[in-house]
Amino acid sequence: MEFYRSHVLICTGTGCTSSNSRALIDTLKKELVENGLEKEIQVIETGCFGFCNLGPIMVVYPEGVFYCRVSEADLREVVQEHFVKGRVVQRLLYHEPNSTVKTTEFDEIEFFKHQKRVALSNCGVIDPEKIEEYIARDGYFALAKVLHEMTPAQVIEEIKKSGLRGRGGGGFPTGMKWEFAAKAPGDQKYVVCNADEGDPGAFMDRSVLEGDPHAVLEAMAIAGYAIGANQGYIYVRAEYPIAVERLTKAIEQARKLGLLGKNIFGMGFDFDIGLRLGAGAFVCGEETALLTSVEGRRGEPRPRPPFPANKGLWEKPTIINNVETFANIPRIIRYGADWFASMGTEKSKGTKVFALAGKIKNTGLIEVPMGTTLRTIVYDIGGGILNDKEFKAVQIGGPSGGCIPAALLDTPIDYDNLIAAGAMMGSGGLIVMDNDTCMVDIARFFLEFTQDESCGKCPPCRIGTKRMLEILTRITEGKGKPEDIDNLEALAKTIKSSALCALGQTSPNPILSTLKYFRDEYEAHIHDKKCPAGVCQALLSYTIIEDKCRGCGLCARNCPVNAISGKVKEPYVIDREKCIKCGACMEKCKFGAIERK
Amino acid sequence: MSCQCKGEAGQGKKYAFIDRIIERHKDEKGSMIPILHEVQQEMGYLPEDVQAYIAQKLGVPLSEVYGIVTFYALFNTKPKGKHKISICLGTACYVRGAGKILEEFEKQLNIKVGETTPDGLFTLEGCRCLGACGLAPVLTVDEHVHGRLKTSDVAEIIAQYKEEK
Repeated sequence: MEFYRSHVLICTGTGCTSSNSRALIDTLKKELVENGLEKEIQVIETGCFGFCNLGPIMVVYPEGVFYCRVSEADLREVVQEHFVKGRVVQRLLYHEPNSTVKTTEFDEIEFFKHQKRVALSNCGVIDPEKIEEYIARDGYFALAKVLHEMTPAQVIEEIKKSGLRGRGGGGFPTGMKWEFAAKAPGDQKYVVCNADEGDPGAFMDRSVLEGDPHAVLEAMAIAGYAIGANQGYIYVRAEYPIAVERLTKAIEQARKLGLLGKNIFGMGFDFDIGLRLGAGAFVCGEETALLTSVEGRRGEPRPRPPFPANKGLWEKPTIINNVETFANIPRIIRYGADWFASMGTEKSKGTKVFALAGKIKNTGLIEVPMGTTLRTIVYDIGGGILNDKEFKAVQIGGPSGGCIPAALLDTPIDYDNLIAAGAMMGSGGLIVMDNDTCMVDIARFFLEFTQDESCGKCPPCRIGTKRMLEILTRITEGKGKPEDIDNLEALAKTIKSSALCALGQTSPNPILSTLKYFRDEYEAHIHDKKCPAGVCQALLSYTIIEDKCRGCGLCARNCPVNAISGKVKEPYVIDREKCIKCGACMEKCKFGAIERK
Repeated sequence: MSCQCKGEAGQGKKYAFIDRIIERHKDEKGSMIPILHEVQQEMGYLPEDVQAYIAQKLGVPLSEVYGIVTFYALFNTKPKGKHKISICLGTACYVRGAGKILEEFEKQLNIKVGETTPDGLFTLEGCRCLGACGLAPVLTVDEHVHGRLKTSDVAEIIAQYKEEK
């Protein structure tokens, strides 16, 4: 085996690839060859480090030096300075958002310091396209262990003991689900991986598939052994081309080494996995709709019971787990249920991956023990609010979730606390919002989404979400009626209790949670015809502050409807009747003399 | 709906690639969606006569194929422009101003979302979360992702792909 004195890890996840990391890798390899270093320094293409807004990210080992936003133009200097002379290139190092001191090493960075990586433990560490690297990190050891040392019942017992709950949203105990399927009579059973990550603002499943695909394959094989299935399917979004490519490669590699296919490890256990691509229907993230789609039909949900564990894919007993849930399985088997259960809260064990985005300084993917407070996530890991504005709320759980206000920043996050707060874990998208975000508008945004994605099979969802959206749109357009809030609440309750699947049942959550914590904003829209956050255009008005206006006339020249008039060097005036509230004047004014209220 | 039997003999050759795709999936359960994916990959969209051809080959009613094609957002029944601009309208992008970016594209291309420019160069679409929230707001033009967008970037992006033609 060749020996390298240094390893350069470069992220090739979707985030960094979008920031051009592919070209970076090619150029770096060329530079290394030109300097005769290609046998001393190895370039490794890894999955996601999680710190996406700093991409492309490059980590140099053995020192663990963390370079960020590296461009092709920087590479010559990195090669000359770091690899030839052994000097760290200071200007490419990271500094915390609230400090100017540069941090050299990876694990000293606040963003990483508070994290505990279990499901993401291989992401950003190994080359996901090489099965050997996964095996070198004890990959497929868990599968070997269950096949050699454990009975299916023991595997299920171990997962039950670990306390693992489904990471896709509902939080159903994974071990129990497996037990139901194992006990269900039937000679043909299936294991399905739900990789149809549709929640806007969630990308943890994508990162696991891109950064550690074998963990999912291994877990599915373990599940197959536990319930007595020999066929698995991964249902993955077609919008994730890199994930699809890596999964395809991973399946081929595993088959070649006999880790998938017939007679795995020579133990007489057969298991194989097929890939199914989604086609852009959000409802297919719902388990029964997903199964219908795998069967090759319109992805409409069906009533439960019967649950998939009894009648799933092609009416056979089926377990369906989410990507992140599966990614935890090999680690639970390797390190034991007690180790896993030692993390987290009483009823929510282990860690959870969150996608941190929105108006926050450090955006990216993080994994923390269950029970971590929002404050730690937003301020310690996230570095605080963008432009140091005031924290208003965090939206968690996507269209099924809700908004959590500042007053609950110190609540430990787990399944039950989130439900109590009127939100839900969902897949773990955390969108941070500041005072410039209008909560009525956000509720409208989510309803627009669910209404558009409603499959139309059941009337409460098909008609109910439409009516709720109409009311919300009316409110944001300044035409809200006094009875609207009551009507919204009544509709929400009805839909929650009568819709066919989770998409419909949870669709009122964004409204209910914003009504619970930000009722005053709804009232301001309806009664005072004001949008306190200054977002809803119909409720805004622009005025020129006399004292600040220098009379330059720039605003008048940029107004598309000639609504601004005045004399040079004297304060200008906006004609409210003509103004279309486009904001062009405010954008152009150099003196901050235009106010939006 | 057009008649399923029209021009069958002449279409045999034209749709030989569809035969090959169907042949590849013939032993698979639930192969309709993978087949439609692959056919669209080749053709760019799934016109009615192609749907009819697939229905006939698989021995299912056209209504079933049509039902599936129109259910899933990724299947198109109309041809798309040479370059597809998809603006992410996920939550992270939305709170960071994706709506304004979309408006700017509509203004500069002089089309509404979902439409194609008369010269057939650009199709403008809003899309579901791309999972690149760290770079919000983002969009893709064909396979390329552009992130950390400002409205002032719009003109440059259009120009870049116009040049490519």
